[in-house]
Amino acid sequence: MSQTRAELSVWVGGAAGDGIAASGESFAKACARSGYHVFAYNSYQSAIRGGHVCMHIRVGRQKVWTHGDGLQYLVALNADSVERYAARVPPGGAILYNRDKFDVKPERIPQGVQAIGLPVMELVGNQLMQNIALMGALYELLGLDAGAFKGLIRERFAKKGEGIVATNLSAFDKGAAFARAHAQPGGIRIGASDGKHRLVASGNALIAFGAVAAGCRFYAAYPMTPASSILHWMAKNAVKTGTLVKQAEDEIAVLNMAIGASHAGVRAMCATSGGGFALMSEAVGEAAMTETPVVVVEVQRAGPSTGVPTKTEQADLFQLLGASQGDFPKIILAPRTFNECYSMTIQAFNLADKYQCPVLLSSDLYLSERNETFEGLDITNIPIERGEIVTEANGEPYRRFLDTKTGVSPRALPGTPGTVYVAATDEHDPDGVVISDVFTNPSMRAKMMEKRMRKLDHILKELPEPELEGPKDADLTLIGWGSTYAVLVEAMQALNQEGLSAKGGSASGGKVNVFAPRALWPFKGEATRRLLERCTMTLAVEANYIGQLAKLIRMETGLAIQHHLHKYDGEPFEPAQVIAHARKLLKTKPKESTVASVVSDEGLPPDFSPIAAPGSEAVRVH
Amino acid sequence: MSAQAAEISPQEYKTDEHPIWCPGCGDFGVLASLYQSLAALKIHSKDLVVVSGIGCSGRTPGFVKSYGFHVVHGRVLPVSLGVKLANPKLTVIGVGGDGDGFAIGGGHIAHAVRRNFDVAYLVMDNATYGLTKGQYSPTAPKGFMAGSTPYGNIEKPINPLAMLIGYGATFVARGYSGKPRELADLITRAIEHKGFAFMDIISPCITFYNTYKVIPPQLAEVPKDHDATSRTRAFELALREDKVYLGVFYQTQEPTFEEGVAQVIKAAQASAPPRLDEIFAEFA
Repeated sequence: MSQTRAELSVWVGGAAGDGIAASGESFAKACARSGYHVFAYNSYQSAIRGGHVCMHIRVGRQKVWTHGDGLQYLVALNADSVERYAARVPPGGAILYNRDKFDVKPERIPQGVQAIGLPVMELVGNQLMQNIALMGALYELLGLDAGAFKGLIRERFAKKGEGIVATNLSAFDKGAAFARAHAQPGGIRIGASDGKHRLVASGNALIAFGAVAAGCRFYAAYPMTPASSILHWMAKNAVKTGTLVKQAEDEIAVLNMAIGASHAGVRAMCATSGGGFALMSEAVGEAAMTETPVVVVEVQRAGPSTGVPTKTEQADLFQLLGASQGDFPKIILAPRTFNECYSMTIQAFNLADKYQCPVLLSSDLYLSERNETFEGLDITNIPIERGEIVTEANGEPYRRFLDTKTGVSPRALPGTPGTVYVAATDEHDPDGVVISDVFTNPSMRAKMMEKRMRKLDHILKELPEPELEGPKDADLTLIGWGSTYAVLVEAMQALNQEGLSAKGGSASGGKVNVFAPRALWPFKGEATRRLLERCTMTLAVEANYIGQLAKLIRMETGLAIQHHLHKYDGEPFEPAQVIAHARKLLKTKPKESTVASVVSDEGLPPDFSPIAAPGSEAVRVH
Repeated sequence: MSAQAAEISPQEYKTDEHPIWCPGCGDFGVLASLYQSLAALKIHSKDLVVVSGIGCSGRTPGFVKSYGFHVVHGRVLPVSLGVKLANPKLTVIGVGGDGDGFAIGGGHIAHAVRRNFDVAYLVMDNATYGLTKGQYSPTAPKGFMAGSTPYGNIEKPINPLAMLIGYGATFVARGYSGKPRELADLITRAIEHKGFAFMDIISPCITFYNTYKVIPPQLAEVPKDHDATSRTRAFELALREDKVYLGVFYQTQEPTFEEGVAQVIKAAQASAPPRLDEIFAEFA
């Protein structure tokens, strides 16, 4: 009998250039169209060909929050993938491969796992059809209706003619037939879906879509992984959306172009990763000083410097906080989910316009590049707040930088009669007249500083209140931000389920909740302090070395998070890693603060014993 | 601009701010010429954006009635591009010094030129960093003595005209602040030029590198028989060392960036917002 589960994971492994992303994304999209929830994370390397790539596709009858902890099915496009992952395939799972390319040694195949090697040449007569034939075999083993996948084949190859469509469909069917003839019954399968046609996208696509929905009409970028897919999406849709997309010579030019466009009245955005953002730094202050609204997306990758371009990390929070010289108002938002990638991008534009300051939207590779099903985006009622704009002179001399109660001065756009002014990056008075050199004026300088900084008080009121998710009376609060939020939610759900089923003195029994702020600057320090003071035990889970969110919380609340779990190997947290650490804390309830780090060597079961941080002691006591 | 626009006096572009430049600074001449050109072209202040960098010349927007943008050091061209693309109806003039343009901002010039967007970029070239006390700039000659080169500059100066002709700018000219009438004519032609217009304007720094006695004897008009449509002739003229030629070295017409993205600009200016539902369908 087959084992029916609520979810399962398929990994497609091979070398760059093997077409893994295309096959994996097609499979993910087909599953979404068939009513399943999907989460597809591609672990890849910075190489056009070669290297190792593994697409993790997790399919569920209910929402799947992360790529999970393991796999049931392996589609191996090279022998290396078998070496790395075969041992992790559980009984009832299967390994699919092209027998023409390599052999899988029997000792590599775990007990209860079937290995199905397709004779691709003999079956379809063309090695280029390898991936399609393997997908056919996979569908057969999973017992899924292939209609949605075949539909995608038709869409994808329609332009190339009926012949190509037919060849691909035939290769799919032959792969399926081969699996039907050779597979043993009793494999792992997923239960029926609700049949609802689900939408699937990447986080970057939803940031880009959110920008367009918000009325962004100027987008500039310099190519940089993992932000480039925003540039591609924007460029592809430029004519449809009326968004001018400019690839620039460097990120310095990028943000300056966006600021120029915004000065002229157009909503403008740019996106980059940490290295590009470093180049933008000076212009972040330029936007603040000239009170020009602009949205900058920073999709973090593993640093420092060039770092690990195709790997995820959350180590740029301090860079965002510290970007550009001097004190000035800026806003840092950190979406955690796909819906927030969309809605918070819209919010970023509104805040930028209302408060005439730079808004930095942080994401990371794991949030931006994965493909995931989503629902519930409101694309009809989009709040657009352009802030105060002067459309005609009122007889009074126009003062662009008028000192007001909120610190916000009504803006006039070039082209408006009677309101000309100069926006200067030098300190200036309410009229925009520079007071930086000959006419240095300390009291005016102080007044203008206060005018700008006052905006922060008003911005703070518009930002979401900190809140705990899950049971109020939890024994342990998991704290994180950005993409890690999803991992924490999955860990919380698993731990609370475990607690419920093991009531009455289990080893790990204990309730868990989650705190994941999505507005990081200005920071709601007082409200966060009140919230965290009530927590029994706290664990910050961050994909960085020093625990930047925990440090920010300490700075703004005076509270030290007790326990820390850090990961900086470039791969995202797997829920099991967080669960295991939380279990240990719940069991031992240690009073001392510890820093544990997780480093998993891909291909091996995650080694989860806390290891010593290189060059320092494993345990740090605050 | 409508053809029948009312006359505007050059004085109308003056602001209440008085230039803080040293008495005798070449930039006064450039400013006066700029007022003349704007008046000649009847450009309304409300439709004019003057973008400047950092340095003495960077203060120019404060003295010209317009929507000015005094940006950070070296970023005149990217900001100008953003302004122009966001609202192509505006007249955009970029101003800055030789340090701002050729040193810290030098990386932008080639790319701004490639785009051929409609801007007049006026570099007030005095071969020194006046505001930071006279260090050598990219156009300072070899042997230039200053605080950062106490033993004399050992780097050769760049040739802005040859550089811009090499990059493929569609309008390349040189003017001199001491000849304001001729300069005004050149600036007018630069603003009128559709595409990227570059002007190297010799504008002496009276305090740190006073060339008022050295420059005039070297000056000469671009020869009457110079073929400004020939890039080769223009390049030859730019490389000549017998004289410092004033006038238009090169001018050609090529499609502007705005023309290249006309379809997007048209869509952006459409009264109806984009059909989000149609775009959204790609996620299905």
